[in-house]
Amino acid sequence: MNLPARGTGGEPEREGPAGPGPAWQRLHPLTPVVGAVRSLAVLALVLLEDSRSHSGGAGPVLIVVGGLAFLLLLTGLVRFAVTRWALDGPTLRIETGLLRRDARQLPLARIQAVDVVRPFVARAFGLAELRVRLAGSGRANGRLAYLTEPAALDLRARLLAGHHGLDQSTPEPVEQPLATVPPARLIVAALLSPAAGITLVLAGALVALTTVSQAAAAAIGGTLFVYVISFAHRTWRRVADQYGFAVALAPDGLRLRRGLLSTVAETVPFARVQAVRKVEPLAWRPMGWCRVEVDVAGSPGREQGTRSSRLTRALLPVGPVATADWLLSSALGLRQFELAKPPRRAVWKSPLSYHFLGSASESGVVAASRGRVRKTTTWMPLEKVQSIRWVEGPLQRALHLATVRVDAAGRGVVADMRDRDSGEANDLFESLVAASRSARRHGPTPAVPRGAMSTAVPSSNAAPHPAPPQAPGEAELGGPALGQPDAPRL
Amino acid sequence: MSTALQGTQAWAKPSPRMWAMRKAEVGVLTVLALAAGVAGAVGTGSLPGAIGALAGVALLAPFSLWVTLRRYRAWAYQERDDDLLVSRGVMFRRLSVVPYGRMQFVDVTAGPVERLFKLASVKLHTAAAASDARIPGLEQGEAARLRDRLAALGEARAAGL
Repeated sequence: MNLPARGTGGEPEREGPAGPGPAWQRLHPLTPVVGAVRSLAVLALVLLEDSRSHSGGAGPVLIVVGGLAFLLLLTGLVRFAVTRWALDGPTLRIETGLLRRDARQLPLARIQAVDVVRPFVARAFGLAELRVRLAGSGRANGRLAYLTEPAALDLRARLLAGHHGLDQSTPEPVEQPLATVPPARLIVAALLSPAAGITLVLAGALVALTTVSQAAAAAIGGTLFVYVISFAHRTWRRVADQYGFAVALAPDGLRLRRGLLSTVAETVPFARVQAVRKVEPLAWRPMGWCRVEVDVAGSPGREQGTRSSRLTRALLPVGPVATADWLLSSALGLRQFELAKPPRRAVWKSPLSYHFLGSASESGVVAASRGRVRKTTTWMPLEKVQSIRWVEGPLQRALHLATVRVDAAGRGVVADMRDRDSGEANDLFESLVAASRSARRHGPTPAVPRGAMSTAVPSSNAAPHPAPPQAPGEAELGGPALGQPDAPRL
Repeated sequence: MSTALQGTQAWAKPSPRMWAMRKAEVGVLTVLALAAGVAGAVGTGSLPGAIGALAGVALLAPFSLWVTLRRYRAWAYQERDDDLLVSRGVMFRRLSVVPYGRMQFVDVTAGPVERLFKLASVKLHTAAAASDARIPGLEQGEAARLRDRLAALGEARAAGL
């Protein structure tokens, strides 16, 4: 492999009218090759498999694949030739497209997260893909594939520094590793899934039936075979995706790293966290394991009507509850509090989930737990609340119960305070409306505990009453303050 | 509505024309059901079947009219200082509150039937997919007024995500 010895993704070049234009850069020259290999690998496998089942031999297939490779390489080359990017003050500009020019301006102030993704093939060439996600519609995201790994990391540091209104040459701040997940635990956790239970039941049925009826056993065997294949695939995916999981604390957010063949490095900015969830599936309870997820802001794209992206990130794919609690408090400054159970009569309404039902609101955070098989506890800071709903079904009316739902940005990001006493629900509704209003106006109340992150945040962002510094270029970007680099808010 | 949730102001209601629209919808459905029943009875030539179909329609029509009336009456909204309150539902009673600052955009829609009755629906969208602040059956002038007011208030109180 002969990689050009360049520090950046390509040579800087100046174009366009005279004067101080942005310094345009190109993607890495190997980009077309990586793209072609990635698309071809799957196709070649499929075609070869197909040709084996027919009698034609591999000759025609090779011609087809060769032709396709040439075409892919050519389109890749064209795309490479017409694509350029530049970091132009407070915006990242990406221009691409041969016939339909697509010039994107990604305002740094609105950056939601910057991910460095290394697909397997790109990784073999020492390349990486940079994905920039913005608040707002999902279409406005930027993608730079591919840059050299150092260039991608360098650009990410500059983007994040720019996002926080710091000088872009600010070196990437030091991270503080928080937790990792050993592969063995990951594999055991993946095996302890409902799918594994179904597989076992099917296997048991197969064994039992072989002695009784051959026909039934054959039917079960076929189902079992399909099921085992898909189960193995899912388990493999889960383990490979989360392999080598590590979460670290950086001033601008939480850094997540994971992946076996393709690696992903993501940043979850604190201010974008809408809700935190702790999930405790039944099968993991003997081990005392749980999963911690965060919901990151992703708003409904206007083009797609009500479609909205829910960006859920595992903060800890699987780990002991103690580690999870420690992570919640140290990384997000979340102080857990006792949840109040609904009145006893709620058993009639929710006979199964009553066991784990509970909810409370304290110091600017609303929390609710639910679920029987998968106990799920959600915490949501009040200043992230988008709307509040009060629902009373016929059964609840008979039992004098009501549910209060608190929504945050995204699909299904909800703290569900189920089956509270009617009077309590009414009070809760009004008090939550008032509390979320004042939380929105004044930021979190001083009573909100601040975790380690508030001390780790650059001084400009760590004012006790967050007055978010106006990021450069914010004024002309429009859009109601979506990209304010707020102080941490949990 | 429970007393604690009355809010501070009077509830605004959808236009009475919405009730006219709902009545027309039920009427058209009844006529269609009747026609289908008659056609079926003629096709099979069974008298008991025809009587059954007619009786079914005769019973169902008033009932659905009653349900529709109650559901129409359940709709109410309140433009409070900081948020919009929408109440609806009979069996499942719901009350939604959406702060103006959380609004992403306002949709005013008017389907063909609504246009026939000069009505429109206003829907508020927030970043949360589950927010369901929708007010149907507004007179078109009122819908436009509400849309403009909501948009202005949303801009004035805009909050980030």
